[in-house]
Amino acid sequence: MINLRDKGAEFWERSNRPVRVLTVFAIMAVVAALPYAGNTFLQTPVAAFDAVLVYPMGMFILMALGLNVVVGKSGMLDLGYVAFFAVGAYTMAILGTRTGLNTWEIMPIGIAAAMFAGVLLAIPTLRLRGDYLAIVTLGFGEIVRVSALNTEAIGGALGIAGVPFPPGLGFEYQLLDQKYFYWTILVMILLVIWVIRRLTVRRPGRAWESIRQDEDAAELMGVSTYKYKIWAFVFGAAIGGGAGVFYASRSMVIAPDNFTLNTSILILACVVFGGMGNIWGVIVGATILGYLPDRFRFLSDARLLLFGLVLVVFMNLRPEGILPRKKREKAIVKKGSGASL
Amino acid sequence: MRLELKDLHVHYGKIEAIKGISVVVNQGEIVTLIGANGAGKTTTLKTISGLRKVSSGQILFDGQDISTVPAHERVDLGISQAPEGRGIFPGMTVLENLEMGKFNRKDRKSEMDEDLDKVYTLFPRLKERASQAGGTLSGGEQQMLAIGRALMARPKVLLLDEPSMGLAPQMIANIFRIITEINKTGVTILLVEQNAQQALQRAHRAYILETGNVVKEAKASDLLNDPAVREAYLGTGAH
Ligand SMILES: Nc1ncnc2c1ncn2[C@@H]1O[C@H](COP(=O)(O)OP(=O)(O)OP(=O)(O)O)[C@@H](O)[C@H]1O
Ligand SMILES: [Mg+2]
Repeated sequence: MINLRDKGAEFWERSNRPVRVLTVFAIMAVVAALPYAGNTFLQTPVAAFDAVLVYPMGMFILMALGLNVVVGKSGMLDLGYVAFFAVGAYTMAILGTRTGLNTWEIMPIGIAAAMFAGVLLAIPTLRLRGDYLAIVTLGFGEIVRVSALNTEAIGGALGIAGVPFPPGLGFEYQLLDQKYFYWTILVMILLVIWVIRRLTVRRPGRAWESIRQDEDAAELMGVSTYKYKIWAFVFGAAIGGGAGVFYASRSMVIAPDNFTLNTSILILACVVFGGMGNIWGVIVGATILGYLPDRFRFLSDARLLLFGLVLVVFMNLRPEGILPRKKREKAIVKKGSGASL
Repeated sequence: MRLELKDLHVHYGKIEAIKGISVVVNQGEIVTLIGANGAGKTTTLKTISGLRKVSSGQILFDGQDISTVPAHERVDLGISQAPEGRGIFPGMTVLENLEMGKFNRKDRKSEMDEDLDKVYTLFPRLKERASQAGGTLSGGEQQMLAIGRALMARPKVLLLDEPSMGLAPQMIANIFRIITEINKTGVTILLVEQNAQQALQRAHRAYILETGNVVKEAKASDLLNDPAVREAYLGTGAH
């Protein structure tokens, strides 16, 4: 099968600056125009297409980018990522309904709350590796959901209703026409991509990469693995929290049911399906996995079967994901293998 | 530089892997630690570099007990390890691997070029392969990379865990020659080896480790001629 990642990279390498700028603008224009494509073959039969663009698609991309820092870049399996999304969403819902603060003012608070939750989870668990870490994070995700479920003060099973929309910025956010929500989330996604790319080429990126490839060796190089693992977790949590704030503010109603283990698994699937470690792959993965279930909603129950089938078939055809990380990184070192020059 | 292990004990769970050893490494020396499989050689090195915790006893580095200093800070003190099985980053290029060796000194650009030059002079092969992925190097090249990467941190003492493992005879001689060369530039070396013959020829002093205990300490040349040692570790004892 053709390697899309290498084709893309090759095109990028070959192009000069004007071509690159033009490419970026063309892609941005197409992406930004998507809310107007609702009447084409892209149309989703039940939910409105512009709403699907916001949730699940946009949200999934945002969360998958955050989770990718933890799983794809640093190599820590986190099965409770939805917890940070929930913390952000509940922060928005509680403060939005009980104080005069608006969405943009709550955003930093929600992000900070999610980061705090990230630290709380990271400090006791990050000494664990692999499967053990996965189990503990899974438990954490469930604890957050069950706590919300059993706390009447934040609505219990009913959750919180009447969460206010974000205040308009010269335009009004609307329920029936969600293009402004969509454009806002696009900006958030671009911002996250920019930050991740900056971090990746700097010390944190190198540190995460080395930890993923060989944690002991990283420590021997002087990388404070514990510190950088916490940072990866907290950074991922911040993105999940930010997505949660926006989600609550758009959905108006949130309930514990929105934050089940299913969501964590689905976001992880986006990361793996798209190509762990490669942000473009992760975006493609989240786009497809966010879109498909809504596109095939007319199949009702069979759609999940189809969804599963697509996953299985694709992961067999492309075990590294649709757009895998750099090819050279696939090389596996044979420890202590007999060898000469 | 002076490295001293004082009555060092190390456990894996309940199992005591190191049972109270005392070892001294002086400035400028090559000291070798030899012993059979499972004797505790790797454990000793990992404890010095900080990957394993000390149960009791001391690790003195220039007189200071560093046994509670985290591993990533010991690099800055001047202790570098080329781990057993090489432990290079398979997905990073040779150059990126070498740069990782300077993770905490990365801001010093001139130092980077200078040290890359030094490593490339020792291992010209690495220069040719600078942009090749570490994981696709041959075993010998990976060993060079592991040693080169450890040197990037400008160590005072270099810990080498079986650098000859899995190498062809000709390559083994080459690696040992380079180890001597590194030592001549002023880097003290603690060398763990199965290849006792080569290690004893290159080292100044040696310790023999048996199931977590030091059973012998002597000048390397004396051990080379010790019939009991030849019998047990060199496989050429008088029959
Ligand atoms: N992670 C671990 N958990 C439990 N026991 C361990 C662990 N690592 C090593 N051991 C045990 O500690 C003892 C010393 O092991 P070590 O790796 O230090 O030996 P070594 O001298 O380096 O051997 P080799 O020459 O085979 O590399 C062995 O009995 C080994 O089984
Ligand atoms: Mg060993």
